[in-house]
Amino acid sequence: MEFLAYMGDVFIPFNFLLLLIGTIGGLILGATPGLSPTMAVALLIPFTFQLEAAQGLILLGAAYTSTVAGGAVSAILLKIPGAPANIATTLDGHTMAKKGEGAKALQLSFLSSAVGGIFGVLLLIFLTPVLAKWALAFGPSHLFWLAILGVTVIGTLDSSSVVKGLLSGCIGLWLSTIGFDDIMGAQRFIFHPALGGGINIIAALIGLFAIPQVISMFAKGRVDSGAEVIEVKKHPIGSAFRALASHPRALGIGTAVGSVIGLIPGVGGQIAGLVAYDQSKKFSPERDKFGTGHSEGVIAAESANNAMVGPSLVPLLTLSIPGSPTAAVLLGGLLIHGIFPGSDLFDNHPDVAWTFINSMLIGQVLMCLFGLYVAGLAARVAQVPQSVMAAIVLALAVFGSYSVQSSMGDVYVMAALGTGMYFLERFGFSAAPLVLGLILGPIAEANFIQGSMIATATDGLAPYFLTGVLNLTLIVIVIASIFYSVWMELRARRYTNKEEMMT
Amino acid sequence: MSTSTASRLEHIIASGLIAAVGVWVAYTSYTQAPAEAFVFPRLVSTVFVVLALWTFGKACLGWSKVGAGLSGSMFLRMLPGLVIALIYIFWAAKGLGFYTATTIAFFILLSLYDPASHGTIRTWIKRLLITACFMVVMYGLFAKLLKVYTPREIFF
Repeated sequence: MEFLAYMGDVFIPFNFLLLLIGTIGGLILGATPGLSPTMAVALLIPFTFQLEAAQGLILLGAAYTSTVAGGAVSAILLKIPGAPANIATTLDGHTMAKKGEGAKALQLSFLSSAVGGIFGVLLLIFLTPVLAKWALAFGPSHLFWLAILGVTVIGTLDSSSVVKGLLSGCIGLWLSTIGFDDIMGAQRFIFHPALGGGINIIAALIGLFAIPQVISMFAKGRVDSGAEVIEVKKHPIGSAFRALASHPRALGIGTAVGSVIGLIPGVGGQIAGLVAYDQSKKFSPERDKFGTGHSEGVIAAESANNAMVGPSLVPLLTLSIPGSPTAAVLLGGLLIHGIFPGSDLFDNHPDVAWTFINSMLIGQVLMCLFGLYVAGLAARVAQVPQSVMAAIVLALAVFGSYSVQSSMGDVYVMAALGTGMYFLERFGFSAAPLVLGLILGPIAEANFIQGSMIATATDGLAPYFLTGVLNLTLIVIVIASIFYSVWMELRARRYTNKEEMMT
Repeated sequence: MSTSTASRLEHIIASGLIAAVGVWVAYTSYTQAPAEAFVFPRLVSTVFVVLALWTFGKACLGWSKVGAGLSGSMFLRMLPGLVIALIYIFWAAKGLGFYTATTIAFFILLSLYDPASHGTIRTWIKRLLITACFMVVMYGLFAKLLKVYTPREIFF
């Protein structure tokens, strides 16, 4: 119960103010289509430079939690999911809003988000210290394989093409080697002076997540959001509580599915919401009502996408392996303060670790409290023309990447990576594995070199890296994730071919 | 050209460029000295080049199906914004100063992509006001709150 000792730190006035700003700002950003939680958190990082580590993480954590929940506002009131995690919410949430039950749908969405989110953070609280201690047993070879696992799992599960996902991961790993080699001091791949100090992770994150969105908005041309906000009629909160309590099955399924999926690196909120929705429908006696504005649909989807937030940070905080793109951005937020996740975080910076985790717990309650009040405003923000959003995001990306080290080189790298990523995305590549490769590359390389030195002095390279229970387990998971994804891709293709032949 | 999936030629060009980068990375990794500094890049570049050539081969055979590609109309819609963004980032931000360049770029982008009418004074005043308000917020955030010293050059 160590976390309780640091609970008071969340309520220090400045920390609490940051939590409020992160929560309310996140709810509004989350409701804005095109601004994903990952991009919102990446754009916020420059604002944390002058804050202490715990304060910076409070802001980022609150934004992460509430952007996921905020996405439900536009899903319900505009039929535009604020983030992929809210796709399943649209199915019943918007239909409820059209039937005049918008307020009820919003209330159910925030209440179930809070329940799922609190359960997910509790899982993070109780699992993380145990796994962090267990991670102490990891040697260089295991950490090398873990880093590779992080890249391959996201590369295969998060991409529509396994080969392109893995290739994106490789590009990220290569980009991480640009600059001066740590051991020999040799120059590697420095083909432009801006790359002399290597690729700054924060600038890269901003570029890879923000710039493709900006260009996508340009590519849509002169379009209005085209969505009309459905007016919300008053609905007593007490009856929303009763409605939530009367659907424990949907809430339980959503929370359980979200928590389990959150623990699996690379799967993400979109899958959590859709799987929870599907499972709730299967187990519900009122399955015919799903899709027609049924409360259970909203409860299952929203409890799931917020329940995955806490568990998705477990691999990051224990093994330094970000399980999702947003977790990778949070890792960037930790690294700029010189803090490395894992047992070091809990042994040497327990105040930072626990204040951050506790703030996520309190943030769930605040998100629920403020969600309903901010919903109307958030829905209006979601109607802001894309031209305004594109210009705002572009300017924030330029100022944000410059402020990392006051270097124009970082701005150029941000722009080049972002523009390149937009074109790569158009051809089936995705940013998530590339980011993971970029972040995990130095971890993989450092442990590979260290492991090679140990191996040279002992049994040799192959026995050191390819034997032992833990090494073999990790290798099997790497291979299994690749084969599973290949199998899924082939199955999906066969299904598509069949459909094409039938039509 | 299909709007749902990219054409074979588009896939060949995209994957060909990546394959070229992969070959260059592998070549550099295996030819640069000291070799000890390139052990990890060699490992990565080997996998990189194999996957890149595989993707290129698939594209040449017409087996690449993933990716919506870039239609001509989409490219034309995006081009002015992209050009302005790149001029802003690679020249104006440093040459004119961050705040001046951002004000100009923001206003141009807003005007280019704003779906509202371009024939009334009211909408132009609205755009000017949005730009001014946004710049005040940016100045307050970065210059005053975060104390980021950005290149000033002309004006501010």
